[in-house]
Amino acid sequence: MDRKSWLSLMAKSSSQDIKAFWQSAELNCAAETIRMPEIGSVMVRGRQGGNGATFHLGEMSVTRCSIKTDDGIIGHGYHQGRSKETAELVAKIDALAQGDQFQTVNDKIFIPLSNIVVEKRQKLAAKAAATKVDFFTMVRGEDG
Amino acid sequence: MYVAVKGGEKAIANAHRWLDEERRGDRSVAALSIKQITEQMALAVSRVMAEGSLYDPELAGLALKQSRGDLIEAIFLIRAYRTTLPRFGTSSPIDTSAMQCKRRISATFKDIPGGQILGPTFDYTHRLLDFKLMADGEVPEAEQDEPSQSSMPHILELLNKDDLIQKECDDDNTANDLTREPLTLPVNRATRLQALARGDEGFLLGLGYSTQRGFARNHAFVGELRIGFVTVEMDIPELGFSIDLGMIEITECETVNQFQGSKSEPAQFTRGYGLVLGQQERKGIAMALVDRALRWQELGEDYLGAPAQDEEFVLSHCDNIQATGFIEHIKLPHYVDFQSELELVRQLRRDAALSKEASEKAAD
Repeated sequence: MDRKSWLSLMAKSSSQDIKAFWQSAELNCAAETIRMPEIGSVMVRGRQGGNGATFHLGEMSVTRCSIKTDDGIIGHGYHQGRSKETAELVAKIDALAQGDQFQTVNDKIFIPLSNIVVEKRQKLAAKAAATKVDFFTMVRGEDG
Repeated sequence: MYVAVKGGEKAIANAHRWLDEERRGDRSVAALSIKQITEQMALAVSRVMAEGSLYDPELAGLALKQSRGDLIEAIFLIRAYRTTLPRFGTSSPIDTSAMQCKRRISATFKDIPGGQILGPTFDYTHRLLDFKLMADGEVPEAEQDEPSQSSMPHILELLNKDDLIQKECDDDNTANDLTREPLTLPVNRATRLQALARGDEGFLLGLGYSTQRGFARNHAFVGELRIGFVTVEMDIPELGFSIDLGMIEITECETVNQFQGSKSEPAQFTRGYGLVLGQQERKGIAMALVDRALRWQELGEDYLGAPAQDEEFVLSHCDNIQATGFIEHIKLPHYVDFQSELELVRQLRRDAALSKEASEKAAD
């Protein structure tokens, strides 16, 4: 898993899940905060007709934070919603994953988080599949 | 002339305290949690997010609780909060063809790759009150089935091999942002779509309906309607690459509209587009109808004087926070102002009486 993937994964995961896997991983991260956790917004863009020119759809809330570990590794955390605590935790996990703790972080945090994402997606697809319609044309109406 | 008045602080404080009590309601009934609202009043939450123009279910739930279920008041709270947030940036355009669909239907094409997916819909229910919901009954989990492996491409694109449906051009010229620049008319389609996406559902519903009833009729069918989740991705300067920032639920509606052709365009099907935050199917369809009606100029159609074709009319009145601000302000104290109006009316009456007297004397 590369950095883009793990940051994307954590941004979309729930605060609850991130915190739970962090705690069970029993990792430590001595770090100083170089950008205080900050709640902000991102303007989401859509495309006209789904694939044409862009337009502004509306905003979403995002929280970010940056930290620097005592080993000098900088971690950035972005997380959907308004949890400052989670954004800071994501930044710490990002820093650890860049260092020699990657394997532990991957096994104890990233893999379980991505399992949840996959599970959610499959469940949604399975429920959707159960509502799939097969229409049959009965008798076509003729004019006159 | 407006003159400030002072006073009333105590009355206002007490009024707000009473409001707090009324909001809480009967204390023997358990208070609502925000989680209950976001889970069980999800469509109200969707509407507050869409028209508040900020995707954050928890905040929308809080706004609904604070506003006692008044949707426009809740939207107002979200809009006000939104302005306090620093803007981190602008996302890459979302890819709605990659949506994880809860629902995906077409009223025009029966057999579509990926299939017609009804999803959790009110359609085909009997609209009879369900008294079981008054009891505290638990519901069974939704049925599940083996998902098909095929993707769900946009139907209109798929069927557009013969150029019978108008193509969207990706000219990508910078779209204005209404949260940063005021509306100055005329505007491009990008700005219109932003205004409609945060516009009032009821207003757009009425306008969309007017196009179906014959005010600038454009014979729309729902080519595709989909509801589901998309990822939002943004370039992060300090990283030097883009990452996903989250997932949002959205509703997308594409209409196909009959079009006879004009001086500049061949006969073909044209399109209207609706895209809304959250699960907002009615709004999505209405938005697409109004979008299509507003495109008359670009398609070389005639201006028929219909309200839905009038960009200034639609865009100046579709925002319910602007509308409610102006409508509701007339209930606030205007005493001094009104006193001068009253004096003016009295003066006019005196003058009229004097001149009547004078003309009667002259007639004698």
